Formats: sequence, C-alpha cells, structure tokens
Amino acid sequence: MLTVRYFARLREDLGRAGETLELPAQVTDIRGLRALLAARGEPWAHALQGDRAVRAAVNLEMARDATVLKDGDEVAFFPPVTGG
Amino acid sequence: MPTIRVQEADFDIAAEIAAVRAGDPKIGAVASFIGLCRDVNDGEQVAAMTLEHYPGMTESAIRAIVEEAGQRWKVPHITVIHRVGTLRPLDQIVLVIAAGGHRGEVFAACEFVMDYLKTRAPFWKKEQTARGARWVEARRSDDEAAARWNGETE
Repeated sequence: MLTVRYFARLREDLGRAGETLELPAQVTDIRGLRALLAARGEPWAHALQGDRAVRAAVNLEMARDATVLKDGDEVAFFPPVTGG
Repeated sequence: MPTIRVQEADFDIAAEIAAVRAGDPKIGAVASFIGLCRDVNDGEQVAAMTLEHYPGMTESAIRAIVEEAGQRWKVPHITVIHRVGTLRPLDQIVLVIAAGGHRGEVFAACEFVMDYLKTRAPFWKKEQTARGARWVEARRSDDEAAARWNGETE
C-alpha cells in the first residue's frame, strides 16, 4: 500500500487530504503515479498535470519525477512552497 | 545545537537570542532575520493569511538546511522558528538567528537559511483579500536567491 497526501491548493482542488492505494505493478516512480492519478479525469488531471507546477515528496524528502516508489512509501503532492 | 520550531504561537526575539547566547563566551556575533505579515501583496489588500505546512517533513527540511549552513560556515548556533495557522498584518511569521564567532559567517548563514527556507521548506500561504481567498504563488526571484549560493545562474 502507498499513502498519498495532498497539500494546499491540491488538497482543496481534490477535496481530500490524502488516501491509500495499491500500487499497480506498472507504476514504478513519481511520474507513473502522477499519470495514474491524472487518468481518473477531473479534477485530478488538471491538478496534477495542468499548467501549474506540482512538486512531490517521498518519505518526507523532496522527490523528482524519476524517484522510484516502493510499497509502504508516503508520497505527497503539493504546489511550489511559499513560506518564509 | 540548532533550535527548530514550527508553531502557532508568537515568538520573542530577545528571549530567543538570550537563549542562544546563554553561557557561551565564544559567541562574538549574532545575526537575525524576522519575516512579517504585510497588509498588501501583488497590489491587493491582505486582511489575513493562513500558513499550512507538512508536519514532519517541514521540520526535517529545515534541519537539513541548518545542517548545510553548518557545513558552509562556522556557525555553532542557528535558530529557526516558523509560525503556522492564521496570521494578520503586523504579525511575525519567521525568525532566523545565526550566532558564531564573527559577523561575516553569521550574516551569510542567516541569509542562506532564509533563502533556502523560502524554496525548500514545505509551507504554503493562503491570503484573504477583499476579492476572496487566494494561494500565494511561488516567486521566481526566490528560486534565483537560493540558486546564487551554488553559483548557479538562471
């Protein structure tokens, strides 16, 4: 199982703070997970593969599209950060 | 030892600097930065803002930034306090204190920590304006400010 969390604008657009899902065998990295979620249609497609930049983290560290996923990981999607 | 806190409560810079200096006669320089909530942003009046974070990741991201500062400069004490929740104009948002032997190192470390915090620590601001609520957009100038520490050019 994979835990997926959403923050800020993504959390609002998707209407949820997170979910758990079974990682299909063909999904091996962040790029694949984004595509899988976007394939659900709206609002997922727009939120995850629209014009706006989306960042990802795996197990509390910033990740890239090519970051490999494994069972038990905590993944997060969020907009570029705006603290400080 | 670094002090890293993410909290809703306000902070007192005098108390935090006193805590950093307490009993350490090797500290000859203290630099600090405070970020404040303004009443205007991108041409709109801001009545309040809400700061969201990613508990766990935010603290570890700040810790990594502080550790990197410690590798670059001889700065034995760094404090980072960042508030979350609802803040209003005039409120304090963030405090960075760098303390060490000499001013050059603590000035640099303080600015470095702020620049990296703006681009690497997961916080998100949502502003309440007269036209409704809006998420603050990340600024390209913040990416550029962080990149210059690596000699990177855009």
